[in-house]
Amino acid sequence: MAEWTKHSLLDLKSLSVEEIEMVLETAKSFKEVSARDVKKVPALRGKTVVMLFFEPSTRTRTSFELAAKRLSADTINIAASSSALSKGETILDMAKNIEAMNVDAIIVRHSCSGVPLILADNLSASIINAGDGCREHPTQALLDMFTINEKLGRIKGLNVSIVGDISNSRVARSNIWGLTKLGANVTVCGPSTMIPFGIEKLGVKVSYDIDAVIPESDVLMLLRIQKERQNDKNLPSIREYAKTFGVDNERLKRAKREVLIMHPGPTNRGVELSAEVADGEYSVILNQVTNGVAIRMAVLYLLLGIREPVTV
Amino acid sequence: MIKSPLKVMDKENIRRAISRIAHEILEKNKGTKDLCMIGIRTRGAVLAERIKESIKQIEGVEIPSGILDITLYRDDLTLVATQPVVHETKISFDITDKKIILVDDVLFTGRTIRAALDAIIDFGRPASIQLAVLIDRGHRELPIRADYVGKNIPTSLNQVVEVILKESDNKADMVKIEDRDE
Repeated sequence: MAEWTKHSLLDLKSLSVEEIEMVLETAKSFKEVSARDVKKVPALRGKTVVMLFFEPSTRTRTSFELAAKRLSADTINIAASSSALSKGETILDMAKNIEAMNVDAIIVRHSCSGVPLILADNLSASIINAGDGCREHPTQALLDMFTINEKLGRIKGLNVSIVGDISNSRVARSNIWGLTKLGANVTVCGPSTMIPFGIEKLGVKVSYDIDAVIPESDVLMLLRIQKERQNDKNLPSIREYAKTFGVDNERLKRAKREVLIMHPGPTNRGVELSAEVADGEYSVILNQVTNGVAIRMAVLYLLLGIREPVTV
Repeated sequence: MIKSPLKVMDKENIRRAISRIAHEILEKNKGTKDLCMIGIRTRGAVLAERIKESIKQIEGVEIPSGILDITLYRDDLTLVATQPVVHETKISFDITDKKIILVDDVLFTGRTIRAALDAIIDFGRPASIQLAVLIDRGHRELPIRADYVGKNIPTSLNQVVEVILKESDNKADMVKIEDRDE
């Protein structure tokens, strides 16, 4: 197996196929740790991980915190609302101050694309991108790929359709980078106002008709309609989106027998998918959440192991 | 001191050693009640399966066995340049109140066994843990000893003991000692 050399995880755009496969392979071992009675191993004992979330999050933050704790690292949570940012401090100053307390990794989420890159350029701690604007959300895509591989046994050659607001979705971008690198055929589908111009250059097909996409798909990845990122020009109404693109049992009748229904969460039941589909036999939404902890353990383990070689 | 490179055990020696260890385990534990085997990846797991098979032939009883990966419990994780590859631990039975036979190929500093003991304790509270190794080469750095030893081999610190087993290495069983290149 190749050697891991990355110090930070900023995006899947810059990861090689071997590196992606290495994370997925390492995560398999960590999944077993979370299934034990004592869900803790001493691998990262003495390491400190700070979580800097400038956007609301339950799943990702909890998942990262559990991952760090199950590896015996110490974690600190900083919520933007209660931080010194409200006193006018810049993000970079704040991060540098945190680093000055000798932390090993900073996990960051921010509504602006590129914030993790700025931190990585200026700090020596490992930076993990937990979602930046509409750019990337690498650990989400890694856990999605892990789940697909676990359920279907492969990724290469599968038809994966990502449905929803592609323009605003960092999950879609990370998945496009990752899945195309591993040889999947990716189609993005949604209203034309939500598909960015020129997205074909990333190696994906574009469709505006979900009923044409469903019969072909091995995986249907449904994205949340992000109400906080919409202006009124993208959609006439949420109800219209639900009617034209929402996946319900009626639409799924034309799907493949082993189709996987995935969603990065949080779900809007009755919008991008119906409640019976979210809870139905094809849904792997909760498996994704379980696998998220294993993926984040693998990422922390690999990143925090990198240091200068010791000369003995 | 043994001159190297030298073959110290062949296929037949290893077979007899395993058979003897199986008998010793049964004698010391007065049968197979509550016994289970845990092998340390990779060659310890192979040896555990062989001892288990040997016990089955002697007593006609199949005892549970598992595989332990100790990577996450190593005490040198912060000293190595890049993280070692982690493999899966497979222990599918409850170890509480069981008599565990921990198996490894070579007993050297004792640090691997220390890590394995920590790992096992995380799975539950066994009645006892006994250690079986194919080779004891000396140079302990921790107060650890083996209960069952295939062969004691005096070595110097600049020698390497290599255990080759058919299941893991796809070559005929052998134990050899070599001087390190540097």
